[in-house]
Amino acid sequence: MASTVLHPASLRSHNLSSDLSPDWLTSEHSTGTSIMAVEFDGGVVIGADSRTTTGAYIANRVTDKLTKVTDHIYCCRSGSAADTQAIADLVNYHLNFHQMELGEEPLVKTAATKFKDFCYYNRDQLSAGIIVAGWDKLKGGQVYSVPLGGMCVRQPFTIGGSGSTYVYGYVDSTFKKGMTKEECLDFTARTLTLAMHRDGSSGGVVRLAAISEAGVEKKLIKGNELPNLMHEFDYQ
Amino acid sequence: MVTGTSVLGVKFDGGIILAADMLGSYGSLARFMHCPRLMKVNDSTVMGAGGDYADFQYIKSVIEQRVIDEECMNDGFQYTPKSLFSWLTRIMYNRRSRFNPLWNTIVVGGLQDGEPFLGYVDKIGTAFKAPSVCSGYGAYIAQPILRNALEKQPNLTEQQAKELIDQCLTVLHYRDARSLNKYQIAIVTKDGARIEGPISSATNWDIAERVGFFDE
Repeated sequence: MASTVLHPASLRSHNLSSDLSPDWLTSEHSTGTSIMAVEFDGGVVIGADSRTTTGAYIANRVTDKLTKVTDHIYCCRSGSAADTQAIADLVNYHLNFHQMELGEEPLVKTAATKFKDFCYYNRDQLSAGIIVAGWDKLKGGQVYSVPLGGMCVRQPFTIGGSGSTYVYGYVDSTFKKGMTKEECLDFTARTLTLAMHRDGSSGGVVRLAAISEAGVEKKLIKGNELPNLMHEFDYQ
Repeated sequence: MVTGTSVLGVKFDGGIILAADMLGSYGSLARFMHCPRLMKVNDSTVMGAGGDYADFQYIKSVIEQRVIDEECMNDGFQYTPKSLFSWLTRIMYNRRSRFNPLWNTIVVGGLQDGEPFLGYVDKIGTAFKAPSVCSGYGAYIAQPILRNALEKQPNLTEQQAKELIDQCLTVLHYRDARSLNKYQIAIVTKDGARIEGPISSATNWDIAERVGFFDE
């Protein structure tokens, strides 16, 4: 009986945080997140939601999770906000150095490999799920996924973050090869909207970017401009 | 288990308003988007609950049955806000003392003897009455807004109270990751009790354009 005196919560399944203090006092800043990247002929489209949470408190509702690594390479960050910011900073520094040595812009694969190196060799200390996407003149548009654990693999499109779990069915059934830039932008916006609709840790606005030889073209779709997914009904 | 988030309550001149969104969360999953969390007990009393939705449905069915039984007694008496509040407090505290709580935070509101009433009871039996009452994240985010408004103007009109509640729910939608921008309100005045909704607040995302990269 002593244990039940101390933990009445043991009668109910409960999450890890303490009952004695609110969740936002004991939780880490997390980019809960829904992120995505898609390749098209001539570039890539990347997208992310804009919510950063501390427990269930939204610390930042207009976060920018699409982070520049070089002029033609961006990364989408998910997981611990601190970890991913630190890694992105480091990779940015290293790639700048590399670019100076090389005399031209680094390849997307190089950036992805740099991310992978940090994420893999520090895998026990990090909580970072990263998508590296961009354009280079050797292979055109490329998307590389660097999930928890630090592997690196190229994919025609990839989704990440907590919200991605809700849209695997949608992307698997909707994706087709050979989409145009506009189709990719639309596909990304719809997917992220669906993820944000269901995932409490994702929300806010949809930030999109299209990266090609010409550069980076950013788009913002605000909360009230997203497609409305609420189906009204009322049973008495 | 499926849970509901904040419930807000505020008094105005001649009545009270309760508000709660319509989301049933399953952890971080926004699973059920049409969970009414407000209940009309009778024409002078309303109740709202956050926390476990199954426990709320149980409490709701018990109250509904008691209202029917009382109607059958036909003695002219019906549940008042204060009597319901007192009864709920006893139930919540007793369940807690038997280590089997009803995992809810409940807000009771209504009109008793012409005076507005608002009360809060939670799963461990803490109970109090106040001019503005909020549960969950609302207690941290909406309560200061409500108290500030009441301090400036202790006697709000019904319309002012509605707008104030809408403002609070907008901020909660921005800042509570387990909320939904679709809510109901319950209004009690001398003319009776009614539940309105679903209503969605207008949101403003203009600041999203003004935010740069974290490292720029």
